[in-house]
Amino acid sequence: MSAVWRSPRARVIVGTGIAAVVLFVVAPGMLSSFRLNLLAKFLCLAMVAVGIGLAWGRGGMLTLGQGVFFGLGGYMMAMHLKLEDAGPGGVPDFMTLYGDGVVPGWWEPFRDPVFTLVAIVVLPTVLAALLGLAVFTRRVRGAYFAILSQALAAAFAILLIGQQKVTGGTNGLNGFRSFFGFDLADPVNKKMLYFIAAGTLLVMVLLVRLLMRSRWGELLVAVRDQENRVRFLGYNPAVVKAGAFAVAACFASIGGALFTPIVGIISPADVGVVPSIVFLVGVAIGGRATLLGPVLGAVAVSWAESSLSESFPSFWTYFQGALFIVVVAFLPNGIATLGQVRLRRRARAEAPPDEPTAEPPHDEVAVEPSTSGRTA
Amino acid sequence: MSEQTPPTPAALLGEGQLDPDALEAVLAAPVERFRHDYLEIRGLRVSFDGFVAVDGVDLTVTQGDLRFLIGPNGAGKTTIVDAITGLAAATGSVRFGGVDLLGKPSHRIARAGVGRTFQTASVFDELSVLQNLDIAAGASRRAHTLLRRRSGIPDDVEAAMETVGLAHLRDVTAGVLAHGQKQWLEIGMLLVQDAHLLLLDEPVAGMSQAEREETGLLLQRIGAQRTVVVVEHDMEFLRSFASSVTVLHQGRVLSEGTVAEVQADPRVVEVYLGTASTSTTTKEA
Amino acid sequence: MDAVISQLFAGLSLGSVLLLAALGLALTFGQMGVINMAHGEFMMAGAYTAYAVQKVVSDAGVSLLVSLVIGFVVGGLLGLVLEITLISRMYTRPLDTLLVTFGVALVLQQLARDVFGAPNVDVRAPEWLSGAVQILGVGVPKTRVFILALSILCVVALSLVVKLTPLGRRIRATVQNRDLAETSGVSTRATDRLTFFIGSGVAGVAGVALTLLGSIGPTLGTNYIVDAFLVVVVGGIGQLKGAVIAAFALGLLQATIEYSSTASLAKVLVFVIIVAFLQVRPQGIVSVRTRSLA
Repeated sequence: MSAVWRSPRARVIVGTGIAAVVLFVVAPGMLSSFRLNLLAKFLCLAMVAVGIGLAWGRGGMLTLGQGVFFGLGGYMMAMHLKLEDAGPGGVPDFMTLYGDGVVPGWWEPFRDPVFTLVAIVVLPTVLAALLGLAVFTRRVRGAYFAILSQALAAAFAILLIGQQKVTGGTNGLNGFRSFFGFDLADPVNKKMLYFIAAGTLLVMVLLVRLLMRSRWGELLVAVRDQENRVRFLGYNPAVVKAGAFAVAACFASIGGALFTPIVGIISPADVGVVPSIVFLVGVAIGGRATLLGPVLGAVAVSWAESSLSESFPSFWTYFQGALFIVVVAFLPNGIATLGQVRLRRRARAEAPPDEPTAEPPHDEVAVEPSTSGRTA
Repeated sequence: MSEQTPPTPAALLGEGQLDPDALEAVLAAPVERFRHDYLEIRGLRVSFDGFVAVDGVDLTVTQGDLRFLIGPNGAGKTTIVDAITGLAAATGSVRFGGVDLLGKPSHRIARAGVGRTFQTASVFDELSVLQNLDIAAGASRRAHTLLRRRSGIPDDVEAAMETVGLAHLRDVTAGVLAHGQKQWLEIGMLLVQDAHLLLLDEPVAGMSQAEREETGLLLQRIGAQRTVVVVEHDMEFLRSFASSVTVLHQGRVLSEGTVAEVQADPRVVEVYLGTASTSTTTKEA
Repeated sequence: MDAVISQLFAGLSLGSVLLLAALGLALTFGQMGVINMAHGEFMMAGAYTAYAVQKVVSDAGVSLLVSLVIGFVVGGLLGLVLEITLISRMYTRPLDTLLVTFGVALVLQQLARDVFGAPNVDVRAPEWLSGAVQILGVGVPKTRVFILALSILCVVALSLVVKLTPLGRRIRATVQNRDLAETSGVSTRATDRLTFFIGSGVAGVAGVALTLLGSIGPTLGTNYIVDAFLVVVVGGIGQLKGAVIAAFALGLLQATIEYSSTASLAKVLVFVIIVAFLQVRPQGIVSVRTRSLA
């Protein structure tokens, strides 16, 4: 806790102000349009990270399937952009290339921009809420939930690759020319996309802060640490968890939807098993249970990846692997807590660990409830 | 768990004192509210893979009773509590206040007014005392209240905090509380939860003699108003505070009555008081 | 009729591959609760072991048999090193173990890419495994039959180890009550290490077997790891029997759906069925009900 800003309200205002200045003034002023576009991409990935921070850090749900929701948002946006490029009643180019040149019925609603935007926000959220309610009610959690969500990502990627005629297959969807009527080749419009991404991320962070500090946020932590106890207080933990999972899915979808026009392509390589896990590395490094950790971690890791893998592609993979190993094994609360770890070490060395610790309740399904996520 | 938070020596926290006067505020509700409460268990049976842990138990506990469940290890005491709260699948019937509990999910049972504690104090270690109690008070809160920050301290939470002597530690994370304090916190959570039936699994395990006394008096006062069932090994504690006792043995009710009646029962002396020493405090596996 | 039998064998064959991939996990995840994402890379290491052995031993038949043994040792040693250096300090944090071992998987994949090159390589199958055998009027590739036999052999061997040997008793004691096992003189640390060695060794064997089915590459493991975990989850934790049933059930299911649609659609449908199944039986096919519910 910083002693400088005592009032939480003042901290929010000052923090938001600084973030706004950096995002809206400093970055666009200092970075080339290429770098700015790259930063916009990182911000999209950071949106996924914010959601993971809530679901995993606060809620203890290790979701290895965020690529699915990222992909849903990304593909829905891509479908709209392809249809927009094709013109009214037109057929996207790849469909005539791979298939019979007929737009499938479920593509048609995405010609409508409003429908697309609503679907991007609502569809993954509802899907995650229903899936979450189903599995959490049956007390599928911990490792089981992680494995199920990972299988979801695998199945999604396989489905996308297999249905080439309607999804573009391995190549994904790309070659977008315009974005809701704005020419994507125009640098001004690219800058606009960056501003949209920055603004969206800022809103998301503030929203998560609100959630974390609400009674629901406290309840989420309680569910993470002692799910059964919460149940015996009269709450249904499945609802609490499904809520966090749905918020995370919503953020991932929005991130994906912005990623598509910013990067210019969405493909199975962005949504499968591996990218879904890679989303977690930034969150783990930044500090999974903190508010800003996931954002900063995600941006830092993406930045490191793009600068390192340009020059040393094989070195990057080693580095990424090492990051996972070192950070998760030795700094489970992220780099932000390096100082605290040292303090704790000292404290532990001085005080004998004779405190009796309560055995966390566990039931027949879970290996152990996650004792992983912790408030910093 | 505790290794994540600096292990503050319990002494620094100050030995909390229960505050019986504050309890009056908690128990202000007229007794009429609880008059129709009674726990009625008929033919309760719980089995695990062929092993019958509870075998046809009948049990009636009325409002105003402070019932102790005792019995040697494996007698089925905790399993009965698990069955009442929906943690262990059981057959038979369990009714409380006219509501059928068996087969309901745990959170619905809790909403029917049933609260419980665990052998190992289970509080939310990373949340403060205040947050722990506030969560316990809030199961009936609506979504819009949940999504806002807590503004001020609800009266029932404040009163419960004073009752269990933790008011001065309201902002301390529960993980650093001493063992006894954690158990008090759990009792406080049951109070703000407004549980009509309190099921306490070894509430004084690991407490000092003075703490036991205080806890016993507290439970007696709660028991005068509500329905309280205590699973306990400590015979001394039982003699001082129980208003009635049910002795279990191998999943069945062996004897039931006042402390004196039960102690005089030759079967009890034979299987429990006789074999296991009276001062046994070993935990059920 | 032929089509049915042919699909049946396709399902059994797929099931045996799944089983080989999942068997080691049934030990490390099922018995020890460790989520080892690098398990797939141990398989990959086994596959490359077969490739390397064939460089030295030219006879494909001899090299296959030698590789099975060396593959076991290579996979086992990788597992042992992983257990000692990382996993041993993380038994209380199963989800974190998942992420750490994913990091290990990334490193091992890149290592394979740097040592053996990114393109896929081939391992020659021995003469006596080329061609097909006629079973019930249907031609089944001999390699498939070999893998089926190998998977059954591994199951039998593993269950014998768990049931009959002193090690098996120690494993079961440690799984059931770690503290009690410790106080009864069982070195739980040594047991953990040995269990992990064997489980990872089986992954190596699985990798060697996979070289018979096609060319191998650095990402071989990622293709199997998700399915392998699903097999263990569906089968039920702590039971080899469950993993066996689940592997063949999923294999047959996949083959059946594939028959009337496409492979990719079949995979997605199988996943949906698994989620639905876990709604009904979250504890898996074979479950052990215990008292320790609270």
